[in-house]
Amino acid sequence: MTMPLPSLPPATPPVTQPAPAIAMRGLAKRFADKVAVNGISLDVPAGSFYGLVGPNGAGKTTALSMVTGLLRPDAGQVWVHGADVWADPRAAKAMMGVLADGVRLFDRLTGRQLVTYAGLLRGMDRDTVAARAGDLLHVLGLEESAGKLVVDYSAGMAKKIALATALIHAPRVLVLDEPFEAVDPVSAASIRGILADYVAHGGTVVVSSHVMDLVQRMCSHVAVIAGGNLLAAGTVDAVRAGGSLEDRFVELVGGGSATGGLSWLHTS
Amino acid sequence: MVAHLLRLKAILLRNGFRRSPWQLVGVAAAGLYGLFLVALLFMGLFYLGGTDPGFAAAVLVPAVSAAVLGWALLPVLATGVDLTLDPARFTTFTVRPWELVAGLLLSGFIGVPGLVTLFLFAGQALAWRQVPAAAAVAVPCGVLAAVLCLALARLTTTAASALTASRRFRDAAAVLLIVPLLGLGPVLTVVVAGFEDALGWLPRAAAVLGWTPLGSFAAVPADVAAGSWGTAAVRLALSLAYLAAVVGLWKRTLERALETPREGPRGGRTASGLGAFARFPATPWGAVAARCLAYWRRDPRYAVAILAVPLVPAMMWVVAVQAGSTALMLWTGPIVAVLLAFSISADVSYDSTAFALHATSGIRGVHDRLGRVAACAVFALPAVLAAAVLPPVLLGEARLLPGVAGLSLGALASGFGVASVASARFTYAVPPPGESPFKNPPGAGMRMVVVQLATMWVMGLLLLPPLALLVAHLVTGNAAFGWAGLVAGPALGAVLLVAGVRLGGRWFDARVPELMQATVLNR
Repeated sequence: MTMPLPSLPPATPPVTQPAPAIAMRGLAKRFADKVAVNGISLDVPAGSFYGLVGPNGAGKTTALSMVTGLLRPDAGQVWVHGADVWADPRAAKAMMGVLADGVRLFDRLTGRQLVTYAGLLRGMDRDTVAARAGDLLHVLGLEESAGKLVVDYSAGMAKKIALATALIHAPRVLVLDEPFEAVDPVSAASIRGILADYVAHGGTVVVSSHVMDLVQRMCSHVAVIAGGNLLAAGTVDAVRAGGSLEDRFVELVGGGSATGGLSWLHTS
Repeated sequence: MVAHLLRLKAILLRNGFRRSPWQLVGVAAAGLYGLFLVALLFMGLFYLGGTDPGFAAAVLVPAVSAAVLGWALLPVLATGVDLTLDPARFTTFTVRPWELVAGLLLSGFIGVPGLVTLFLFAGQALAWRQVPAAAAVAVPCGVLAAVLCLALARLTTTAASALTASRRFRDAAAVLLIVPLLGLGPVLTVVVAGFEDALGWLPRAAAVLGWTPLGSFAAVPADVAAGSWGTAAVRLALSLAYLAAVVGLWKRTLERALETPREGPRGGRTASGLGAFARFPATPWGAVAARCLAYWRRDPRYAVAILAVPLVPAMMWVVAVQAGSTALMLWTGPIVAVLLAFSISADVSYDSTAFALHATSGIRGVHDRLGRVAACAVFALPAVLAAAVLPPVLLGEARLLPGVAGLSLGALASGFGVASVASARFTYAVPPPGESPFKNPPGAGMRMVVVQLATMWVMGLLLLPPLALLVAHLVTGNAAFGWAGLVAGPALGAVLLVAGVRLGGRWFDARVPELMQATVLNR
């Protein structure tokens, strides 16, 4: 059973109680002749651990870019705890921690400098930044590499330092695009621990991922996106409807029937 | 396979156009320029055809040698004219080496420089049209010489790639290589000055170069024209041997590169502490300044701009000595000021997609602008002061000091203002972080040139008042103009700086997502 999609009239600030951490209404983006996001409306309840899943090219990154203020939508609106991202970006951005996918880091800084930079950019005072940067580097296992230039980091380490830059200002909402990509299992486990703790204490997390299993275990809610459309959204239990999330996902998105067709690949 | 690689190169080129129409404009402009060059040089070749064959050889052999040398060296300096078909990308495919060699080699002809070289070299036949046999020989020799150019370029870049794989080496080399490049201008003027004697030494140079790999192909038709068929045969055999050696060597280095794919060396320097972050105020603009300063120190793309500071006076001195007037040195201060201020006009483009951190943090545009200016000012201010004060004092023209200093400081401040506006609005494709400062994305040229020229022009226009005062001082000899310049320059500069940072900040605030997407597109 899929939860019915929220069908509030567009352009009205959400009135549901309590106010959702993120509310999207009719969010749409077109690149040249390709519709990347086709009018998505979605509420992310405060205190939820929200998974955003979809095949490659589904529009996950595009949608998240419009939520985080990196990409101006063609139509639609986004609110973060009531602040309109596109009318009052500074208020909305102050509440969000963002891990964008596929962007560079200021990698000629050392790890500690990069995290400090992110804190100071947000207008935090020096002592708080120093203390939190130390904590983050410690928890993420980057203490030894804190003095190395980020350009010399491995992909997984770079992902972790980028996560630290998203956490430093203690945001109310975390938007993480593919946070577990290239991260080793041990680090992934510690990141999951950090995020679970964050949610348990009132924070809201939105993650995009390809890994259904991870989303099913980790998230409280999930939204399935394909071809720029929202196919299903709700609690993980409601969306998977008794089956595994992976099966439900394949069923929703379609495809996946063409297994076992490559007989020439059988070497024996 | 060879056809496959050629098609791949053509497709990559075409798809580049789809990504950005500016790239198409850039390639079209390069193509037009190439056509113009070809037409001009063809006329030259035609003219040579009407002269004495000995003279034609004396011109053609050194000219071809210079072109071949350029092909061998320039790609290394620029870390690869063209890495769209980087051999390292074929590591995982089992392509037979000879096919890869031939494919990569010939793919060099798909592109403006390769085509222009091919046409010009084959066009040498025009210069030998009075001796049909020589003209007939000139065409294949020219084509082979063009192939030699491409092979040499591949050989030198592949051989150097082992060295350039290390980030530290790349950073250092990129900065050091600008010295000879910038020095090229003065050297050329010296060479041109000695051109009158050229007729004396050119034939001798041609005779020597004709036996080296650089010029041997070009010398074959000359032998034929002179009727010495024996020499021609020997020289042709030698040339073919050279070509085979270069291609063979390249194939070996290529094979080695394919068998042991290069891996980025790890490690590198570590630094404890926060560096500049501890010294600047703990505010958003202070953080931006500290970060930019770290980049000025560690990113070769910025280091190139810093290196220009000592080089400008050096070049001015060479020019001044040749012109016989040291007065030119007085302009060192203003020129250094404009160059340094201009260097932050592409700052957002240089950030590349790392700019996402600024975009998601919601930093105010004014703070972003101010931080970038502050970082540059930290070293630009002392450098400009030195460049403005030293020349008048050392030249015993201390009376001009106020006017020159006023103009220089005004140039720096107003330049910063203009740059703050430009980098908030006009992004263009720049070499990505970690790449050579000289490796511009193909076809990026047009938009870059337009933006840079416009920025420079605006900077120049805004400098007219203090400039006029300095000129008035020079013409009338009335020191009051100089002192007026000392006041007017910095005052006007300060106003323009504040206005520029404000306007740039407002544009920045309004266009953060557009700036972000521009960096994504330029990636």
